[in-house]
Amino acid sequence: MTEIIDETNTGQKPDAGGFMDGAKAILPLIAAVLPVGLVYGAVAAGKGLSVLEAALMSALVFAGGSQFVAMDIWTHPASWAGLGFAALLVNVRHVLLSASIGPKMTAFSTPKKYASMLFLADEIWAIAEMKAREARLTPAWFAGVVAPFYASWVLSSVVGAIGGALLGDPALVGLDFAFPAVFIVLIMNFWQGRRTGAVLLASAIAAIGVKSFTGGAWYIAAGALAGLAVAAFASQGEKTENGETVE
Amino acid sequence: MTLELSTLVAILAMAAATILTRVSGLFLIERVKLSGRARQALEAIPPAVLMAVVAPTALMTGMAETMACAVTALAALRLPLLAATAIGVVCVAVLRAIGL
Repeated sequence: MTEIIDETNTGQKPDAGGFMDGAKAILPLIAAVLPVGLVYGAVAAGKGLSVLEAALMSALVFAGGSQFVAMDIWTHPASWAGLGFAALLVNVRHVLLSASIGPKMTAFSTPKKYASMLFLADEIWAIAEMKAREARLTPAWFAGVVAPFYASWVLSSVVGAIGGALLGDPALVGLDFAFPAVFIVLIMNFWQGRRTGAVLLASAIAAIGVKSFTGGAWYIAAGALAGLAVAAFASQGEKTENGETVE
Repeated sequence: MTLELSTLVAILAMAAATILTRVSGLFLIERVKLSGRARQALEAIPPAVLMAVVAPTALMTGMAETMACAVTALAALRLPLLAATAIGVVCVAVLRAIGL
């Protein structure tokens, strides 16, 4: 097995070069996440969360999508079952991210692999997948990606929660739209042809249908399951070696 | 600096759910072999979930949001994440300002 060798053969010093490379790689995504964190903090303050509560959520949940959905369905007092279940639905995609990147962490010990999974935000996952195509992932590089991104998310949440009142209504300047906009860009990046279109269509129809009739976050599960069903159905087509369906 | 018990418990529930999703993928993939069809369905999770989350904003909120979503999607074809997002935000602000 190749585990741990990478860490021991560089001597006793930690791999500072690998850490810095990781930090450099995540820099553009930090620029993208700062406004999102500010908006989250402002929305949280608007929903009545204290600065401490908003920061704690960013630090412990560390998943922007589910935090925004939580703000959307926030009640006072908070319903832990509804919010926990909504987070499960919104973040179920992480099962796939983790299943995809985990096996590529051959230089990680098992505890380090699982520790890394705790920080598997979309942006961190995406940058790690890109890196894994050209080089072996190392724990130092991954730590270099995670540390500044995590700090940026928590700090921007704090600043947003403190300054939220000064920003005024985020809807006036369109900042409430930053999050759906980010998700739309991510959707476009997942585009792989007509089959993706069918998945998106099924998901949108099911989500809107369910949202029209029920409250809560059920529409996310409905949309996701409809998309999955279409994808499983469509996979009857012939497949090339890279998994693409040929027409 | 207040911390309400109900809020703390809700945050912990969200954290537990998120950790479960992030750890279980690795746990399962090291133990299960997937059929081609199951793999196809799993690969569709990201777009399916993202679409389900944004569909109400894109199609049930108002004309400004619907148009801004379309503009953002078009911008994403050519531009990186940050630039396309910024265009979407500016677009929705302008459309709302003119009363759409």
